[in-house]
Amino acid sequence: MTRTLTYAEAISEGTVLAMERDPSIFMAGIGTTYSSAVFGTSQEALDRFGTDRVFDVPAMENALTGIGIGAAAMGKHPLLVHLRNDFMFLALDQMVNLASKWRYMFGDRAGSMPLTVRAIVGRGWGQGATHSQSLHATLAHFPGLTVLLPAQPKDAKGMLLGALRAKKPCVIIEHRTLYPQSGTVPEGDAPTPIEGAEVLRAGSDITIIGASQSVIEGIRAAACLADANVQAEVIDIRVARPLDRETILTSIRKTGRALVLDTSWAHCGLSAEVAAIIAEAGLATDDMAVRRITPADCPAPVSKPLEDAFYPTVETIARTAAEMVGADPDQITIDETRDDFNGPY
Amino acid sequence: MNTGPAMTSSPPLMELYRHMLLLRRVEEALASAYKRQEMRTPTHFGIGQEAVAVGVCAGLGDGDVVYSHHRAHNHYLARGGGIRALAAELLGRETGCSGGRGGSVHLTAKEIGFVASSAILGQTIPVAVGSALAFKMDGLPNVAVSFFGEAACEEGVIYESFNFASIRKLPVLFACENNLYSTESPLSVRQAPNTDLCARARSFGIDALRVDGNDVAAVNAAAREAIARARAGDGPTFLECMTYRWLEHVGPYFDHELGRDYRSEAELREWMARCPIDRCRRILLDDGVCDEATLQEIDDQLKAHINRDIEAAQNDPWPDSSSLMHHVD
Repeated sequence: MTRTLTYAEAISEGTVLAMERDPSIFMAGIGTTYSSAVFGTSQEALDRFGTDRVFDVPAMENALTGIGIGAAAMGKHPLLVHLRNDFMFLALDQMVNLASKWRYMFGDRAGSMPLTVRAIVGRGWGQGATHSQSLHATLAHFPGLTVLLPAQPKDAKGMLLGALRAKKPCVIIEHRTLYPQSGTVPEGDAPTPIEGAEVLRAGSDITIIGASQSVIEGIRAAACLADANVQAEVIDIRVARPLDRETILTSIRKTGRALVLDTSWAHCGLSAEVAAIIAEAGLATDDMAVRRITPADCPAPVSKPLEDAFYPTVETIARTAAEMVGADPDQITIDETRDDFNGPY
Repeated sequence: MNTGPAMTSSPPLMELYRHMLLLRRVEEALASAYKRQEMRTPTHFGIGQEAVAVGVCAGLGDGDVVYSHHRAHNHYLARGGGIRALAAELLGRETGCSGGRGGSVHLTAKEIGFVASSAILGQTIPVAVGSALAFKMDGLPNVAVSFFGEAACEEGVIYESFNFASIRKLPVLFACENNLYSTESPLSVRQAPNTDLCARARSFGIDALRVDGNDVAAVNAAAREAIARARAGDGPTFLECMTYRWLEHVGPYFDHELGRDYRSEAELREWMARCPIDRCRRILLDDGVCDEATLQEIDDQLKAHINRDIEAAQNDPWPDSSSLMHHVD
């Protein structure tokens, strides 16, 4: 059975189901017990399991992650929450120098490291330079971490369930703009694989590849392109590590064109990795084979006109795709969904 | 002495002596072998600091867990970690306690309650707090011990850890080994004048005590009290153990052998005169607990045992290069 849930509802449902199944799971993070309940995602778990298993913590991103590791080493499965992804920079020592290396560095003799971290990315409404970054490329650089980027409600729930079953450190990067988005979500404790990309739309002319919020824009661009008779295939990367090379390469072998989107910068980013595997596979056969569309190479500004200039738009994506396949970009009509977010976060 | 229920009364001094001597002889043997360039891993020897590890670990029982730092051998051995597995780890062998993947600074013997050590200062302090949180959540009477050097008190994460452990009254013992130097940096460049690390811990509502870290009985008595309090639900304790590292920061030589002058040979000699093992030995002899011949016999047995284990490790297999990608995730 499936029904329609918002992304936020899907996270909440997944959390409750996982905590029901596995008493070792606890949820810790600033905001988990607030009336806002991490944008509504922790309220039901708090109501059901109380503050023994859903609790607020001091501002201590670094120690919190270490505390999660130490609890996991004793058989718990902590679910840590960062209301803003940017604060997780303070946790990088524990994430990168310990959690990611736990199994390898101790020769698999110190047990597994079941640790799940949710981290939310902000965008727009003047979030500014330090409340709108996504750490997926930073984290995915390191062997031993699984980095998940659910774009759809079904994955927001399914990947959370998958991560909370996995005996390894997983980071789930959730984009704030996705929270009100609706989609069909299977009922019950049904995890989705925490590896593998998904072809969201079939097409033959070009492949648009993105993850998280960027693939949603890719889908909207593909719809605009279809009106101009350009058939774009859209791939949701879903997981930044491990990266599903085969799904991407199979599509590019068919379309010969890759437009890679990302919510984070191009430089040393996920889009660079995708472009590299396409080039290494010998599929970048001409100068229109690969393009990347990402935020401008500067910190995120606050002022509205600057912020508008900072983020890529569906129009940029669709027009670039049209150029890449030799279509007339001026034939593209853009149906920009109006920005109806009224803040504050 | 790591197995069995926790000791609530003081263990026989003879037992503490024997265990300290084991640590000393292992480190001496490893330091000697290290000079042959077969152990290709940065190694921080703990000679001179044995009383802290042995004194604290002698107060632990089954189910208690220990975390350590870059100078980890003493804690690993005091908790009962195997000598052959330690030597094999330094030699990069498959039989190493971390399969040859970790090296001297990344040791584990989880099955006996030595969970992990790591090379980043302060890193395992919150991890010990997290294990203590798990114990408390599960209603277990176990205690987590975090060993760290005084330089870890310069890292921010320790104060986050103090704060949370205190708020939650977690069963954790913060065992600080104050050996006066961080690599070659003296306290004067790292602490304001008249700094009292115990006062810092107390400011978080944590009980704190400074002890002579070269007096194994004193360390043990303080640790047993802290452990009992933790088990009773009375929260964490900070134990500042004053001690001294004899060898260079990393490697098998004395600093003066290499012409380093960040500390004087005279200072080293003063601390060597306060050797925790010699002190214990004198008490055992003065109190008539045993005679010279018995102590010699113990020493000979330990050395033979240690040499056998190190030799065995030298003949242990290397990891197969096909296993490079094992256990990544």
